[in-house]
Amino acid sequence: MKQKFDIIESTCVPLPLENVDTDQIIPARFLKAVTRDEKFFGDNLFRDWRYNADGTPKKDFVLNDPRYSGCILVAGKNFGSGSSREHAAWAIAGYGFRVVISSFFADIHKNNELNNFVLPVVVSEEFLAELFASIAKDAQTKVKVDVPAQTVTNLATGRSEHFELNAYKKYCLMNALDDIDYLLEQKDKIEKYEQSR
Amino acid sequence: MNTLFDKIWDAHVVSLIEDGPTQLYIDRLYCHEVTSPQAFDGLRARGIKPLRPEKIFCMPDHNTPTHDQDKPIEDPVSKSQVDALKRNAEEFGLTHYGMMDKNNGIIHVVGPEKGLSLPGMTIVCGDSHTSTHGAMGAVAFGIGTSEVEMVLASQCILQQKPKSMSIRVEGELGKGVTAKDLALYLMSKLTTSGATGYFVEYRGSAVRSLSMEGRLTLCNLSIEMGARGGFVAPDETTFAYLKGREYAPKGEAWDKAVAYWKTLKSGEDAVFDKELVFDAADVKPMITYGTNPGMGMAIDANIPALDSIPAEQRPGFQKAMNYMGFEAGQKLLGHPVDYVFLGACTNGRIEDFRAFASIVKGRKKAANITAWLVPGSWMVKQQIEDEGLDKVLEEAGFAVRQPGCSACLAMNDDKIPAGKYAVSTSNRNFEGRQGPGSRTLLASPLTAAAAAVTGVITDPRTLL
Repeated sequence: MKQKFDIIESTCVPLPLENVDTDQIIPARFLKAVTRDEKFFGDNLFRDWRYNADGTPKKDFVLNDPRYSGCILVAGKNFGSGSSREHAAWAIAGYGFRVVISSFFADIHKNNELNNFVLPVVVSEEFLAELFASIAKDAQTKVKVDVPAQTVTNLATGRSEHFELNAYKKYCLMNALDDIDYLLEQKDKIEKYEQSR
Repeated sequence: MNTLFDKIWDAHVVSLIEDGPTQLYIDRLYCHEVTSPQAFDGLRARGIKPLRPEKIFCMPDHNTPTHDQDKPIEDPVSKSQVDALKRNAEEFGLTHYGMMDKNNGIIHVVGPEKGLSLPGMTIVCGDSHTSTHGAMGAVAFGIGTSEVEMVLASQCILQQKPKSMSIRVEGELGKGVTAKDLALYLMSKLTTSGATGYFVEYRGSAVRSLSMEGRLTLCNLSIEMGARGGFVAPDETTFAYLKGREYAPKGEAWDKAVAYWKTLKSGEDAVFDKELVFDAADVKPMITYGTNPGMGMAIDANIPALDSIPAEQRPGFQKAMNYMGFEAGQKLLGHPVDYVFLGACTNGRIEDFRAFASIVKGRKKAANITAWLVPGSWMVKQQIEDEGLDKVLEEAGFAVRQPGCSACLAMNDDKIPAGKYAVSTSNRNFEGRQGPGSRTLLASPLTAAAAAVTGVITDPRTLL
């Protein structure tokens, strides 16, 4: 869903596992929907880690742990690897996350998050390890993500880092514009390119 | 600088956004039924139509059953998705190869075999295995549904230019060692994120001597190292494969095209952002033991011991061992197998069926094995019959099914039951990938055939 980004301050949901692939974020059997119903995808986020086969919640999975809440997901290295399914980004957005913090994202998934107004924030391994430690110590640990300043701060320790976001995408996120809005204005350039071939 | 990737990419730049992505022109968009319906909805919501419908080809493959395709799909949800693609293609005037159409099959098998994917092109699809088409000497990569909508709307995509990587493999692959083993070997060395942010050019004598089918398998698996895509520069093997294919240029246009394609190579002075070199002689038949494709090893090796795994990776490694029902340090040779799957965009081509048949010929399917042999397209199925491979397979107790993605991701009814072990020629061994609770061991068609006739994990070299 298109929404404007500014400064977000929130508690976090920690998922300290590496190589979380998009098949885990949303299993293939939930890809049969022909509409973009974010609630449906959000309800099935991490389905097989979150629920038993009979639909009862798995108590040991973090989304079922009442201590953790907030709109920031903190995940281990190489988040979103594997399938290009954008349904994974729809599920993350549909659940209510607005930011995912990790030390490394898979390329396609990272683009999919950005195209769905979920902000992937890449931090150093040290920042990530410290943040996991802060959350383990105090589940109420908050993180501040300042999009205009491009900084992310662990409010428990005060540690702050700059994160990458190109000027174009930053403008899009802060003004709730998407790439298609931009491309539709480029028709002349496209035709000129086609004629030049 | 001056890599083939640079040449193709730069030739497709429509504009550069200052401190932002590149507006890249796309020559070919493929749409399958799973990742396109919401993109077509987006067009309708904006009141627009595809800008260049003649460059777009659609076909269902993920949901299609592998039997009785002449009858309506039983699963109403799968049916509605397959029907939606047909409706959308009709509404927007796009070419559509529906179920039972002799042109239908897995999109990444059909594109090359119809000559729709050509050297020098930019090719995208809402599917990470679009990297397959790189084997034709094209820049091909997977995209999300919003990006599918972008390309439908403007024939362009906004992308950051990836970095370039050269993976050079020199020497000869040994007996019983295939392109699939080479790819699994590279993944085990690079991990599933080792090539993230890069576009890979595969080079060297071992790559050059691969057939087109082998190159398609190798490029298919680029994404499993995290790469945006991977390709092989076009050469005589490519031209011989393409000549006479339906959408390949004909007559004078062919000669002109080949002359251009011959210029598509990295310069002698090319500078890659990263260069890796491997020796083909080091590659053995491979098998995976864990829950990502980078967790692979030589088939006669032992699963790594726990103390050899870096501390931060141990939770993931232990989770994988628990899921797979394996112990760290264990050997896999001789381990019982329940299912064998030959197929997918990775290994669903004619050469893969020839390889499988070469092992099972004169042998019998083991009693404990359920085997699903699924050609990548109707064209592959026809070729199997033309070559009489179906008879060889039948005599050994195997049946050839109808084409589709099938058990690779189990969106149709080909699901591996929970707890069962499947030796699969597909591309991913993620938890639940082949059905909830399924346990996948990725391997080559030769290794799959060896498991199918012995009922256990077997080194295919012992049966050659």
